[in-house]
Amino acid sequence: MTDVLFCRNGAADDLVIEDLRVLDPAEGLDLVATIRVERGRIAAIEPGRGTGRAGLVLAPAFVDPHVHVRTPGREDEETIATATAAAAAGGYCAIVAPPNTDPVVDSASVLASLVERAREEALVPIGFMAAISKGLRGEELTEMADLAAAGAAAFSDDGKPVASAGLMQRALQYSAVAGRILTLHCEETSLSRDGQMHEGPVSAELGFAGWPGIAEAAMVERDLLLARYENRPLHLMHLSAKESVEALRHALSLGVAVTAEVSPHHLCRTDELVRSLDANAKMNPPLGGEDDRQALLEALRDGTISCIATDHAPHALHEKEAPFEEAPFGVTGLETAFAALYTTLVEPGALPLGTLLERMSTGPARAFSLPVPRIAVGERANLVLLDLEAEWTVTADGFRSRSTNSWLLGERLHGRVVRTVADGREVYSL
Amino acid sequence: MAENTLRVVEDLRPPDRPARRHLIGIGDLDRAAAGRILDTAAALARSLEREVKKLPTLRGRLVVNLFYESSTRTLSSFDLAAKRLSADTMALRSSGSSVDKGESLKDTALTLAAYDPDVIVIRHPHIGAADLVARATNAHVVNAGDGKHQHPTQALLDLYTIRDALGRLEGVHVAIVGDVLHSRVARSLLEALTLVGARSTLVGPPTLIPRGIEALGCETSTSIDAIADADVVYVLRMQHERMLPGAAFVPSLREYSALWGVTPERVRPGQIVMHPGPMNRGVEIDPRVADAPQALVTQQVRFGLVVRMAVLYDLLATGPVRVAEVEPMEVA
Repeated sequence: MTDVLFCRNGAADDLVIEDLRVLDPAEGLDLVATIRVERGRIAAIEPGRGTGRAGLVLAPAFVDPHVHVRTPGREDEETIATATAAAAAGGYCAIVAPPNTDPVVDSASVLASLVERAREEALVPIGFMAAISKGLRGEELTEMADLAAAGAAAFSDDGKPVASAGLMQRALQYSAVAGRILTLHCEETSLSRDGQMHEGPVSAELGFAGWPGIAEAAMVERDLLLARYENRPLHLMHLSAKESVEALRHALSLGVAVTAEVSPHHLCRTDELVRSLDANAKMNPPLGGEDDRQALLEALRDGTISCIATDHAPHALHEKEAPFEEAPFGVTGLETAFAALYTTLVEPGALPLGTLLERMSTGPARAFSLPVPRIAVGERANLVLLDLEAEWTVTADGFRSRSTNSWLLGERLHGRVVRTVADGREVYSL
Repeated sequence: MAENTLRVVEDLRPPDRPARRHLIGIGDLDRAAAGRILDTAAALARSLEREVKKLPTLRGRLVVNLFYESSTRTLSSFDLAAKRLSADTMALRSSGSSVDKGESLKDTALTLAAYDPDVIVIRHPHIGAADLVARATNAHVVNAGDGKHQHPTQALLDLYTIRDALGRLEGVHVAIVGDVLHSRVARSLLEALTLVGARSTLVGPPTLIPRGIEALGCETSTSIDAIADADVVYVLRMQHERMLPGAAFVPSLREYSALWGVTPERVRPGQIVMHPGPMNRGVEIDPRVADAPQALVTQQVRFGLVVRMAVLYDLLATGPVRVAEVEPMEVA
């Protein structure tokens, strides 16, 4: 396959990481060891002494298949340099950006300019999705084969659904030629309408136009039906509704080659957060009810959902400081994902640490056919060092991202990324 | 009448008053606070029976009315309420101001805050606008309607009107009829009724009853027959936009009126009829009902003035209520 991850050049590092608990759930690894990295590759894994250092865990670095980089067009909100710096601080060794930029990534020339910029600016490897339809208009297919040859990592009309079932069918058929996964934003817009938040008792009370979970599930059902009929693989983005989880389970039981992702905010919070009327509680799809959250968590635990993706969506401060209905959808997430999930799910015992690490790394890498970060001799070093005993407060001035629209501002979190090695280079150290 | 001939009727100021408070939603009030505001309004109503209707209570205070939506009754009511309490007032409307030039709500609020207003009264088409102004300024903020969210002074004046007519609030049954989905009046009133121990039933087309609203402690019905055993029939305004293509909440105003219009045949003697205005006569309310003695629509407007005076007083006053020599009003 053509290279789909791009990064600026630099010398690979030699590193020695001594006497740490090393955890690689996909490799079945959980031991105290010393890791030697020579010229960017894991050269040795030697048994370490004692029980490791308190609270510290070395794991395969994370992969995020859903990071809005806002480049080209809104470089005031995020750039390739700032997004990849934020990714490094979040423990990621690879990220993939959707194509809903201005201009849209729907031609090889736009994609080529992004690849060029990534080779100059990207601190960690970054991939780019190209659009399924030209201009995301849902009318004509993009030149998928040409885009794949130019380095497209996947195809998506993210931000919008492919409204026409007929075009979606053609896209599935043609994706076989491109050899890349289609990744879908599922939303039946005649049901989500002008919805501002999840439809339920909270929207009834606050007066916001409701966005029912079935707006997502109706489109999930349609796309799974098409994928089954065409016998083509599919990836579902940012699932948020219990009805979507049911549809996904059913499709998997029928053998459909479907993978799915869920965002930290949908796993950690519910529509109750909207009571703050803070626009940092506004995202697409919206935060669901507690039954939705539990269904997503159960699906993540049992592997029905194999990926955690942040849907990192930077927005300018002045746009989010508006009344909720005027503000755009989206929140940032790269720099808080691990700590938010560790604090909310792992510490209380709702999710095993190993499962979390696997869903943030191996799961997304496999779904997108990216190199899987492994702690094994001979592999490129893609490592994250976590301090599970660290406590910290999320503040607006603590981000490497250019935007600060986090749903966690002011929150106290447990667990922190303290060091990241991506593609053989140390890219972050707290 | 000079101030020193007034006597203290009752000290109705909130105990242990924090430095800065807001009235953004009914949720900002507990039952005691709601009762206190209604009692203060009753005491203030006496002052309006005098020849000179102005009280010196808020002399030197500044009340800014910031209105982003057209409004006749609410703006005039707040303006007069502040003037009757001797406060200075200033009105800013979105048309013909810097808002027309694309200024953000935050910047408009910060600009006004530079004049150190004691109270900012805001009406805005979007939910959360009053919260945003409260965060951006140091003023007490009163929400005069934020999108479909809350309109707390309307709910308080409605409680006052019901209490005035029936002599009680606890156990009163109110049927709210019409477009609940798009109504901030309905949301505030529903919460306020629950707060004072009244019972409420929402009646309207299934498309205009918000899914999950029962969690607020009300009953719902899609049949107009459900208003029969209510003490109060509260009629909501039905807006033309609801039938537009793409909205399709009801097929036509004609069918709406036929199924949910409040007509003389559907109202029984002794029932009170209320409406927050402006009314669409012949659509949600039959003109014969609107003009019947049991309709308290103009009382609602009149009581709106004293209730808004009471709200401003409650937020700002530093001295007890002083009114002319009259008997204290019976309070429930």
